[in-house]
This record gives sequence, structure tokens and C-alpha cells, in this order.
Amino acid sequence: MAQAPALPTGFELPLEPRLPRIGSVDQVAVEARATDLSRRSIKREAKLFALDLAVRMMDLTTLEGADTPGKVAALASKAVRPDPSDASVPSVAAVCVYPNLVQTARERVAGSGVKVASVATAFPSGQSPIDLKVAEARRVVELGADEVDMVIDRGAFLAGRYAKVYDEIVQVKEAVAETRLKVILEVGELGTYDNVRRASLLAIAAGADFIKTSTGKLSSSATLPVTLVMLEAIRDVFEETGRRVGMKPAGGIRNAKQAVQTLVLVHETLGLDWLTPDLFRFGASSLLNDVLMQIRKEKTGRYQSPEYFTID
Amino acid sequence: MAELEQRGDRTPIPAAWEYASAPESREIVKLEERYGLFIGGEFVEPRSGEHYKTLDPSSEEPLAEIPQAGPEDVALAVGTARKAFSDGWSAASPAERAKYLFRIARILQERSREFAVLESLNGGKPIRESRDVDVPLAAAHFFYYAGWADKLEYAFPHRRQQPLGVAGQIIPWNFPLLMLAWKIAPALAAGNTVVLKPAETTPLSALLFCDVLRQAELPPGVVNIVTGDGATGAALVKSEVDKIAFTGSTEVGKAIQRELAGTGKKLTLELGGKAANIIFDDCALDQAVEGIVNGIYFNQGHVCCAGSRLLVQESIYEPLLEKLKRRLTTLRVGDPLDKNTDVGAINSRQQLDKIEELVAAGEEEGAEIYQPPCRLPEKGYWFAPTVFTNVAQSYRIAQEEIFGPVLSVLTFRTPDEAVEKANNTPYGLSAGVWTEKGSRILWMAQRLEAGVIWANTYNRFDPASPFGGYKESGFGREGGLHGLEPYLDFREDSADVIGG
Repeated sequence: MAQAPALPTGFELPLEPRLPRIGSVDQVAVEARATDLSRRSIKREAKLFALDLAVRMMDLTTLEGADTPGKVAALASKAVRPDPSDASVPSVAAVCVYPNLVQTARERVAGSGVKVASVATAFPSGQSPIDLKVAEARRVVELGADEVDMVIDRGAFLAGRYAKVYDEIVQVKEAVAETRLKVILEVGELGTYDNVRRASLLAIAAGADFIKTSTGKLSSSATLPVTLVMLEAIRDVFEETGRRVGMKPAGGIRNAKQAVQTLVLVHETLGLDWLTPDLFRFGASSLLNDVLMQIRKEKTGRYQSPEYFTID
Repeated sequence: MAELEQRGDRTPIPAAWEYASAPESREIVKLEERYGLFIGGEFVEPRSGEHYKTLDPSSEEPLAEIPQAGPEDVALAVGTARKAFSDGWSAASPAERAKYLFRIARILQERSREFAVLESLNGGKPIRESRDVDVPLAAAHFFYYAGWADKLEYAFPHRRQQPLGVAGQIIPWNFPLLMLAWKIAPALAAGNTVVLKPAETTPLSALLFCDVLRQAELPPGVVNIVTGDGATGAALVKSEVDKIAFTGSTEVGKAIQRELAGTGKKLTLELGGKAANIIFDDCALDQAVEGIVNGIYFNQGHVCCAGSRLLVQESIYEPLLEKLKRRLTTLRVGDPLDKNTDVGAINSRQQLDKIEELVAAGEEEGAEIYQPPCRLPEKGYWFAPTVFTNVAQSYRIAQEEIFGPVLSVLTFRTPDEAVEKANNTPYGLSAGVWTEKGSRILWMAQRLEAGVIWANTYNRFDPASPFGGYKESGFGREGGLHGLEPYLDFREDSADVIGG
């Protein structure tokens, strides 16, 4: 079983002036900063740039009990070619589905460059024995998933059993090997920004390639301040170690304006290097059509009826 | 569209994401070519016959001609205010006074965009700030004091109060409309009439405010606005007013105090500052960095309570400075009317000269200067956000108020040393404390000699909160209940005292 790395003395003390190992977050100030950044006025070519980027960064998602091969096939087709009337609109980054639908999605996106992501580890609650979670993660990779979105065990986290949370991520990472691993913190259940920061650093330390806000199953999810807190954790790790960890806000981002605001946050917190689908994703289902509508508006100068955009 | 730079087999990373310019339209502001003095509810030609030009400091473009009021003009304004006081305003029912203040507040809200644009145009501050801070806070001050106007007997129980008469008010150029509101709202709520002199470089929002007064149908003569330079202010100090309220430099404040000594005129002074912003190693770091930035680069550092001396606990010094420098590279300096601008233009040539002089002194004394790469516009008055490290307590940049976007960084080892260094200044206006430890905030607040202490935030204002200084930062408070007192005369209520 994996273990949190320990020094021979059992714990680590900072021996040079440096960032606190975990640190804390001031709620009022982080919300004020997020609000400030959300007021950036992004117009014309700068907006078109952001909208195009948002499409390329999207994990187009369906995670419903009612998902069928038909539904997923339609979604995957949309992922490859989001706007059939405009060839300059790029494909999205990935489709994100339940394990049973990985193969269907895989067939539909074959050859397009669009990745297939699957949730695993007893999504959305994470409340299952670790051997089942590991087996599930391994299985979705065998089924052909390019990326795995796992959930952390919030019960363990809130009970203060951080080592359990850490060990589970390490084991899932071992199971999926080179496959990109996104670790869902489910921020809506963590209660404080301090916890969001702690969970972010814990997931990164355990080997997460991406940290992700939410499952999409709660009403409170990828708010701007939560995203900012996670981006700042990523920045601290990068500054200290040079390691680049990706970020995926998911849930609650429904329109193009929110997406642009989120990209401003990334731009002004982590800089241009993170403005790539390799290091940033949006987890969303209804966002894509609004972005497409805004792209067409920027290009033609007028809004078109929602009926011109396919419902998938 | 930004160009893409190919890096290996990864998805291309953009080479830049330039935000397209997003200027707020100037169209909403209608400027006169030439303004008069606002006396007795009318714009009148100055008897002095003199005018000067007021500029847009971001382009040096002249905006309008402004009267330079002489002693005769000031005397006329004060006489008019005196007459308005005795002819009705002092006898008006308190609810009536409240009515006008509420009206003014609402009109300011309705015309907020116009005021925000004008404030940025004439003062150089980013529209983001005039829109989100200056104008809403100015309206909030009028709302707040409107509420007190008919409740003064509850504000000061067992003390019978009456207005002073005519208040002469002299305001600075850093927050022209907001300082006007801080001055006029409590004066009127208490039943006084007013002669106000806006700063020489930023008279336009006060002149637009005259239009608001007429719209609100405030009786003529209750508020009079006289424009001009320091000579006009000196004439107002010497005139037949009952009280002077001054916000500005400590040097001028001292001169005013000397002038008024023995005259019986009341005086409040809100003067300079050299505030310590104190960062403990257990603070929320990223938010503290935001607080540092907001403390010194807000309004280009043209803030009397600016956190211009950063005191950092030595154990966190290096990572904090790295974070701060990184953050400075994202500050957007430029067109004040662009909605994405974080740092605007320096208010005047004179102020720019002063900043440049002190910065040169800092470099000469041996401090290390850091400025993020930024392209400053060619025309207008500009200064890049600046951080000085390696600063000793004895350097001029650690002692004197720079009143610009220049931060001096010092370090401390223990809370005692932080208090000692923070208080080691002739000023005492404000201070900031950053720590996650609540008990330490209280411990520090008891020991810091400053009128305003912010904990885990900086430069936050509210009409209900009194503001003012210790030591050479002045005396008297503005805002809150405290802000009414300097505009009232008190007598103990004898019936109450005897009756127990």
C-alpha cells in the first residue's frame, strides 16, 4: 500500500524561508479578487480568442443514469464537429462519460483527436472500498479511456484522514499509469476555501495531473473564487517545484461569459502557459452551445436563434 | 487574434492574449468651455476676472477654463452662505434637511456613470475605481448622513446641539467627489451652510455637483463652490467662516492651524500618512499580496492612508516578495477610461515631479528598485508601479509621504518590533495587519498609533466608520457619528442633568 512520504524523523520542518506547506485562504479577500477579475471587459478579437480557446478546452460531458449509446454517440459527434456550419470552429478536447459508454464514445471520436474521458472510483460519492476503485480505474483504461476523472473520498477528508485520501489517489494513479488522471475534489462538500486549498495540494502531491472542482452533481460547484483558490495552489506548486498541474472547473459554468471570466482568472493567475487544453479544461454540457452562439455573434455581428444550434 | 507558438508535440500555447481596448465613452459628459463660481445657486463670473485651465492628466489635454476665485469672491461666497444659514436653513426642520440629502444621494446614483467618467477624465484615476468606489461611496455618504439629520438628539443624548454656521471646506485632488461628499454631507445634516473649495487640479466633479444641487432644489446659498489654487484656500481660511475642515498635506494643515490659532474658529484636519502594512508569516499569503497591491497602487498611491511602508516578517520575506513582483507584472497601467486599467495617470506634473524626486532619493540612498515591465503612454503624467527593497527605516522613502505608486519594503522579526517600527513615524493615519491569528490582530490594534487599522484587508471605507488620524495625520473624525461632532456646538441639557 502506498504511503505518504515521510522523512526519517517522521515530519518535515521548513529549513529555509519559503511558502507555508499548506497555508490558508482569506475568504473575503479571495472572493473580492475573483469579483475584480470577473469585471475585466473582454471584447472583439480578445473575446473571439477566448471563445475559440474555450471550445478547444472543453470536456463535453454527460453523466446521467439515463445515458444510452444513442445519446453518447450524438454527443461525441458534436464534440468532433461542434458547429457544422463553420469549419473554423475547432473540436472540443474530450467527451466525458460513464465507464459503460467509453467504447461507444471511442468509436465515434476515432481519428479526430478528441479524447475520451471516463469517470471512475465510485463516482460521484467515492464511498466504496479502495480495491473496487482501483479495479474500476484500471478497467476504464482497458476499455479505452484516454483520461480518468476520479473522485476523492470526502468522507475521509472531512474526518481528517488525509493519509487515506492521499493513498487512494496514489493507488489509482498507479493503476491508470500514463493515462491522464484528473482528481475531483467536490468542493461543494468541503465547506471552506482552506479545505479546498488543502485538498488541492494533497491531490497534487499524490500525483494528480489535473485537479477538478466538482462532479456536477451538487448545486455549489465551480465558482470563480474556488477556481482561483485552486489555481493559486497550482501556482505555488509550480513556483516551488516547476511541476505543471492542470485545472478543470466543472459544474455551474453554463454560459460563455462565465467561461471567459474563468479564462481571465487563469491568464492573470498562471499566465499564458496554462491557456492550453493540456493544462486547462472546462467540464460542461450546456456551455458549448452558448459559446458557439457567441462565436457566431462575434463573427457576424448578430445573434442567431438557439434553433440553429444542435441539441445533442 | 493572438499568434500561436508551437512547443513540441503539445497543443500550441498562445504567445499573448491582448485584451482589446474597452474604453468607457466620454460622450456622457458635457463639459462647458468655461465655468463660473457657484454662489447663491448660480454660476457667477469671478470678480477676480482670472481663469486657469484644468487638464486631463492622462493626455495633458485642456478640458475647461476654471475661475480663480480671489478674496473678494470668497467673501461673497461666505456672505451668501451666512445669509442662507440665517434666512432659513438653520431653522429648517431636520426632516427637511434630510429630504435634500436623500435627493442628492439618489441623483448621484442616477448620474453615477457621468460622475465616474468625469472623475477619471479630470483626475486620471482608473474608471474601474471611480465607477466601483468613488461614486458609490459618495452617494452612500449622503444617504448615511441623510439618515442622521433628523435624529441628532438621539445621536448625542443629553446634549443639546446646534449648528455652527458657515463651514469652510478645502478638499484634495485624490478623491474629488468622495471628499466633497465626506465634507458636505455631515455639514448639511448638522444644519450648517457650506463654502467648499475643490482642489486646483480637479474641480470638474464639484462643478458638476452644483448641477445636482440645483436638480435637488437645495435652497440657493446653502452650498457654494469656489474654485482656485492655494491662494483661494488661504482666503477661505481667513474669511468669516465658523469652521474650517481641511484634507490635504501636513505642511498646509500646520499653516492653517497657525492661522486659526486664537480666532475661535473650529478646525478639523485630515493630513498625510505613511502607513505600515504589516505582514505576519502566518497570513493568507495570496490574499495579503492583493492587500499590499490594493494598499499602495489603488488610485496610483494618491491615498493619504496608503499602505506605503510594507513591514514583512523576515521569515516570509523572500517568497512574499516573489509573489508580489509576479503580481505587479499583471497590473495594467494606462488609459484611465479603459475598463481594464488597474493603474491610471499621476494627477499632475507637480505630483509627478515630487514622486520622481523621492524615488531618485531612494535609489541614491541605496534602496533597490523594482518596476515591472510596462509601457507608459508618451503624453500625460505617468509613473510605473514601484517597489523598493533593502530599505532602511532612516531613508527618506521610509519616512516621507510619497503619495504615489511607490512601496518601501522593510522587515521585522517579532510582533513587538513590528509595532515599534510601525509607530516610528510622525504620522498616524492608518495601518494594516495581516495574520490568521485573531488574538494577534487585537494585540496589534491596541498598540498601533493609527486612526484606522485594517485587519486582513486594506483601503476599505464605509460611511458608518469614522476616519481620521493621530499625531501629524491630523485631528477630528469624518464618517460615522464621530463625523457629525465637528459640525455641531454642544450644550449640556441642564434639565436632564439636574433631573438625573
